[in-house]
Amino acid sequence: MGVRIADRVGMPELDVNRRLKSFEEVATGYTEEMAIAEASRCLQCPTKPCVSGCPVGIDIPTFIKDVKNRNYESASRTIFASNNLPRICGRVCPQEKQCEAVCVLSKMKDKEPVAIGRLERFVGDLQIEREMPGSLQTSKRRVAVVGGGPAGITVAADLATKGYRVTIYEAFHTMGGVLVYGIPAFRLPKDTVVDEAEGIASMGVEFVRSQVIGRTLPFQEIRDDYDAVFIGIGAGAPRLSGVPGSNLNNVFSASEFLTRVNLLNAWQFPEYDTPVVVKRNVAVIGAGNVTMDAARTAKRLGAENVTVVYRRSEQEMPARREEYLHAIEEGIDFKWLTLPTEYIGDINNNVSAMRCARMELGPPDESGRRRPEKVDGSEFDMEIEMVIEAIGQKANTVLRYGFPGLELNPWGFIKTVEETGLTNLEGVYAGGDIVTGAATVIEAMGAGKKAAESISKYLDSL
Amino acid sequence: MSHKILAKRRLSPRLYEFWLASETIPKYAKPGQFLIIRIDKKGERIPLTIVETSQGKVKIIVKCIGKSTFQLAMLDEGTELAEVVGPLGNSSDIRDYGHVCVIGGGVGIAPLLPTARALSAAGNTVTSILGAASSEQLILLEEFEELSDDLILMTDDGSAGKKGLVTDALESLLEEKKVDQLWAIGPAVMMKFVSAIAADRDIPCWVSLNTIMVDGTGMCGACRAEVNGEIRFACVDGPEFDGRNVNWNELIKRQFQYADLESAALKRFEEEVGDLSWV
Repeated sequence: MGVRIADRVGMPELDVNRRLKSFEEVATGYTEEMAIAEASRCLQCPTKPCVSGCPVGIDIPTFIKDVKNRNYESASRTIFASNNLPRICGRVCPQEKQCEAVCVLSKMKDKEPVAIGRLERFVGDLQIEREMPGSLQTSKRRVAVVGGGPAGITVAADLATKGYRVTIYEAFHTMGGVLVYGIPAFRLPKDTVVDEAEGIASMGVEFVRSQVIGRTLPFQEIRDDYDAVFIGIGAGAPRLSGVPGSNLNNVFSASEFLTRVNLLNAWQFPEYDTPVVVKRNVAVIGAGNVTMDAARTAKRLGAENVTVVYRRSEQEMPARREEYLHAIEEGIDFKWLTLPTEYIGDINNNVSAMRCARMELGPPDESGRRRPEKVDGSEFDMEIEMVIEAIGQKANTVLRYGFPGLELNPWGFIKTVEETGLTNLEGVYAGGDIVTGAATVIEAMGAGKKAAESISKYLDSL
Repeated sequence: MSHKILAKRRLSPRLYEFWLASETIPKYAKPGQFLIIRIDKKGERIPLTIVETSQGKVKIIVKCIGKSTFQLAMLDEGTELAEVVGPLGNSSDIRDYGHVCVIGGGVGIAPLLPTARALSAAGNTVTSILGAASSEQLILLEEFEELSDDLILMTDDGSAGKKGLVTDALESLLEEKKVDQLWAIGPAVMMKFVSAIAADRDIPCWVSLNTIMVDGTGMCGACRAEVNGEIRFACVDGPEFDGRNVNWNELIKRQFQYADLESAALKRFEEEVGDLSWV
């Protein structure tokens, strides 16, 4: 009956043995042939559910049609009209929960949705030079963007295309924020991030690196100097379990472990100066994308046994399926329904074991997931020499002292008007993880888009 | 923005003073705050307490311990550093306490200077106790002479001042005079024992924690320490805490977390550049 729809084109991947010896990108990307075949699966349905599934509203069917017709320049234009970072989003967006989740194909029996993310990446990787508006900086209005991560880059690029003068203040030596210090190169190559993030310089955006607003430069000074400010500084502080033994040696936050490796190239120590510790038996606590990143990084750095320890079960795991499957392929072990209750140290205060309790799932909690409860008398010890805690993020403490007058919610994140990103201070907007708590790259970019729109309206009203 | 080494001076073997170019740090730095430098694009982030500022420049004093600090000491004036970030951390709680005793040990004398100066300017009577292995490591004596009401010098070998530890001098001082506030910066072991005396005598005692750091902005928790039974980050909650509340044994052991890798890096550097004993 009707059209026969081909199977989804698989993503070519690096051989597992090679992966474990390098930080090369695992998913190697569609060839042109594959891209066209995948693009041909799109039904071009007039309702375009995928577009509303995209936090930045890319006109997905249109760019896919262009790919099918090998009209790549047009495809690139379509994507760039809504998204400044297609190479990044094509790789790290959770499409299976967004655009692809609502694809009509996914509703059909035995059919998988169109691989929208992979096609976006394919177009982005062609690196077709984007057309810039005829004249940049047509407005006199100046905007300061605090934080060079996904939200900040989006705000900056959108405002720059509208003609405003934008400066990004970044705490580190390179743009990209969590894309650089958080996500490992085997998932998102650093050159890609730097090319794409710093590419917005061609739109006239200025970068000021190594400045921590609220610390190395007062927030008030930025407010006085610019007509509007956008704060997109990321969640910014690691959540630590705080169980007894948390400060033993070789107990790390995922943020520390990944920052050393990703931002400061510790995987190339001693060629690079920043060291990173790796032991034989490593436990990684949590089950999110950061957990997978930390576990797979530890394995690449030479850990023999890497075990992900999670207090709930596989069904509740927040990590992307794709990352979970990659982790399994790479030999990561998973211990479900297990909660560390204490880290035990040796005479030198190095962690040597982890006491755990077995859990069972009770009734659903406020997150809608079944609440894990300790099984009495189920405690057991695991022999490990290193722990990486990847259990989430808290609000950046710089907000508490560095941004006087800014209203925060009870968890320390910035309070904003949801539709506009406006804070309680005039001309000051915020978005991304520092408003929502740790979320996804594309959600931060979506918030950036909304904020850019509101900032533009605000500046025009001045 | 330039981060050039404007001037470099060897104070004693393996102890160097640098003036670095910085447009913004001198404008905002307060006593007790630190900065982070990265030497080159392969460099690690090195936290160092700010010693002094002047228009367009900032002074740091560095002891050569590992690969990066030796490398820094060997750079020529005029070299552009990859990164200088600061000021970071909270400033010292400067007020008029009455009689303050400030204690500096070894290279810890350097970061103590701006705080001691500010305490003196705030009207405190300042007794300074400075200690080092020998006279050549006793630095900034003129500066401390000028700001202190009383200056006591201690060396391990007796080559300057009295032979003995700063804690010996502190004990004798406390026999004679009432001290309202202590301030101690130096090796963790020194700060631990000063804090123990402070606890015994019920005297508040600020110390500056020099834990291992990565980003220095509260993002990673590498610098965490147990203070009053809670996890605190030296970079954003400190670096100064009341030493009486610090879990010193744990902190001291945490400082050795990367010791093997650090010595491997230094050995490799020595093989590359040759003997380092002249530095």
